[in-house]
Amino acid sequence: MSDHEYTPSSKFGKWFNDRLPLLSLASHLTDYPTPKNLNYWWTFGGILTFCLITQVVTGLTLAMHYIAHADMAFESVEHIMRDVNYGWLIRYIHSNGASMFFLAVYIHIFRSLFYGSYKSPREIIWIIGIIIYLLMMAAAFMGYVLPWGQMSFWGATVITNLFSAIPLVGEGIVTWLWGGYSVDNPTLTRFFTLHYLIPFLILGLVVLHIWALHVPGNNNPVGIDIKKPSKDTVPFHPYIVIKDGFALLMFLIVFAFFVFYSPNILGHADNYIEANPMVTPAHIVPEWYLLPFYAILRSVPDKLLGVVAMLSAILILAVLPWLDTSKIRSAVFRPLYKQFYWILVADVLILGYMGAMPAEGLYLLIARVATAYYFLHFLVVLPVLGFKEKTLPVPLSITEPVLGGSPNLATAKNKENFEK
Amino acid sequence: MKNFIKLFSIITLICFSSVQSNSEETAKLLKTDWSFKGLFGKFDRGSLQRGYQVYTEVCSSCHSMKYLSYRNLGEKGGPEFSEAEVKAIAASFEVMDGPNVDGEMFLRPGKLSDKFVMPYENVKAAQAANGGAYPPDMSVLVKARGGGVDYIYSLLQGYVDAPSEMTLDDGVHYNKYMYGNKIKMASPLSDGIIEYGDGKEATVEQMSKDVTTFLMWAAEPHLESRHKMGFKAIVYLIILTILVYFSMKKIWSRVESEV
Amino acid sequence: MSDKKPERREFLFTASYAVGAVGVGAVVWPLIDQMNPDASVKALASTEVDVSSVKPGNTITVLWRGKPVFIRRRTQEEISEAKSVKMEDLKHPEKDEDRAKDPEWLVMLGVCTHLGCVPLNDKGDYDGWFCPCHGSHYDTSGRIRKGPAPLNMEVPKYEFVNANTIKIG
Repeated sequence: MSDHEYTPSSKFGKWFNDRLPLLSLASHLTDYPTPKNLNYWWTFGGILTFCLITQVVTGLTLAMHYIAHADMAFESVEHIMRDVNYGWLIRYIHSNGASMFFLAVYIHIFRSLFYGSYKSPREIIWIIGIIIYLLMMAAAFMGYVLPWGQMSFWGATVITNLFSAIPLVGEGIVTWLWGGYSVDNPTLTRFFTLHYLIPFLILGLVVLHIWALHVPGNNNPVGIDIKKPSKDTVPFHPYIVIKDGFALLMFLIVFAFFVFYSPNILGHADNYIEANPMVTPAHIVPEWYLLPFYAILRSVPDKLLGVVAMLSAILILAVLPWLDTSKIRSAVFRPLYKQFYWILVADVLILGYMGAMPAEGLYLLIARVATAYYFLHFLVVLPVLGFKEKTLPVPLSITEPVLGGSPNLATAKNKENFEK
Repeated sequence: MKNFIKLFSIITLICFSSVQSNSEETAKLLKTDWSFKGLFGKFDRGSLQRGYQVYTEVCSSCHSMKYLSYRNLGEKGGPEFSEAEVKAIAASFEVMDGPNVDGEMFLRPGKLSDKFVMPYENVKAAQAANGGAYPPDMSVLVKARGGGVDYIYSLLQGYVDAPSEMTLDDGVHYNKYMYGNKIKMASPLSDGIIEYGDGKEATVEQMSKDVTTFLMWAAEPHLESRHKMGFKAIVYLIILTILVYFSMKKIWSRVESEV
Repeated sequence: MSDKKPERREFLFTASYAVGAVGVGAVVWPLIDQMNPDASVKALASTEVDVSSVKPGNTITVLWRGKPVFIRRRTQEEISEAKSVKMEDLKHPEKDEDRAKDPEWLVMLGVCTHLGCVPLNDKGDYDGWFCPCHGSHYDTSGRIRKGPAPLNMEVPKYEFVNANTIKIG
């Protein structure tokens, strides 16, 4: 990170900045040297920040009208949809916004998997990201309970019951979570509180995530370290700001189509039925973004092991920087890894699809195979590939493969021929 | 860019295919033209008013619609009855109010601000009066069923004789489109069961269409503003995207090498 | 930084900012408007009150838009007292006939115009109301006569829909 002395232009600015260096921070952010070869997969960080702000703002305004009580929750949501000025709009933005948030986070994660952004020295950024992801899932899960529909209630019942799998203390933990002997009003009110809190925890972690990123700087599609910032980078403002802006607008068009023309397509019809503890829906399914993990959970016949498998599927990502032994970052230069990457993508999509199906017959078999393969990818394929794979030669710097036309034009082996 | 499109199409395909598969357990649903579908979809005012008539005269004796208020019947985007008509409709119902000065509850004629009167005091009373089955509240019924309007429309016309090998308990009826094929509601519609105020012939198909249209409005009273706003929002976003795209190209032209 | 056609470049950026600003405004408005009274609150903007049981000299208090409204059926004495007050003696000059179209009925918000307490009926030095919070005295027309309150008690919009019913609001 290059440090240059920033002096504010106004006297007040200088006085203020000496006491709280916000202006220096702003200057650092605008000048922040960003690799000039970033492609559109890199715009999702900015998109995610926008999603977080959108959810917080719409959530805040919804909370002004929502009533977190089992007898009134469903009705209060209908009140928002029918009577509150623009209530229907704010609600649909919030519910579809959650889906868009996860769509963006998956693209963001898969970008990192492809280009090796989790590798040294960016391990901490990656791990903070995993924690943000876990908190997102917790927030989304609890948010979905709030309308108190059939899926809200039964999803809450099924997932909180998972904790009973923990030996000895499991049952006690579940009762403690519920605040009673089943999912009921105490569960709803505490879920509301936590759902309100978590996004601000996420916000704090996002600050750390970006701070940690700014130490080594961004990764890039070629996966090599920037050696000459003056040639290989551009200041964040205006180059990256405008590019992120463009990508965000494209994203918003997709978002708008959901909100205005198909606001309920990603949801489940059963959640428009008021929660009924006496009647269980035929198929309990979580929202689409949790489906792969749901599939993994149901693949394992044992209750405790199923929970362990589901959690491991997420936690294994945390040790990814150490599982992937390859010295080369970007899949651009790892032809074999690239194949396995796309197989993993297909595997996760298959798991997602299986999560929506009943856990029986062919669906269950496929889910089991896909689950096994998922762990195989991380525990076997990645470590082995690092040693066995024949990688393509990596260019010396990021500008010269672009100028030269082919990434193979200058290789690390021919270092002597090229002056910096 | 290619990979992005690949990924995006895979995701879209998965979203849409998984939605369909939930409701295809029974017969394929009947299709008709719904005026409110599509980018510029709007409600047919006449159909909404007829549908309200069907709801009131046929369905409301068992099915509540507790999240609607009488004033909604006069608001923009709905049946748009005149204020006088809506006041008269409200006044035709008796609403429980109170306690009065003596501490008693009393009945009074409905006002615009009142919610639709429910046929039964509570869920248990409704079940008791209907052989143990609760006639679901219809405020959001269309959104609470996987097949949506097509499902309701089909179900109302789906009462046929049960296949010979099937035995039905007392009070259970066969329906082609009901999930599981067994339903505790007897066929509610028959040709000419009501006389439409606008003179249209009240066939089962017509009433099914009208009442379903009404139910769609009941579930989504702001559908028309939503569509209108959506069109403006997307046109606006496209314009802004184009402007920002060219701004981006302009800015990036300052960098010698291409992105 | 190259200097090619700065005017066109400027226009493009200005246009983008301007169009963007329109969008920001369009987004901000619903977020603000959602705090305004919603449709169900606005529907309860008026209340009808049955006054058939109110005898002369009696006052009833009803709730309207969350606030108390005094409806007093005045006696002839109270009416003449109210009409005989000189405008110069009033902090907030208002003629009684402007406050009570039908002199027999006085309808006003039972909220002290000082700091919002509910004044007590048939108390005070002017045969009207007395506010115990800071000692404002109101007369038989609900006008402030003594004490810190600056204005007379507010008369809301109301009308007799029939001989026994007043619609407020």
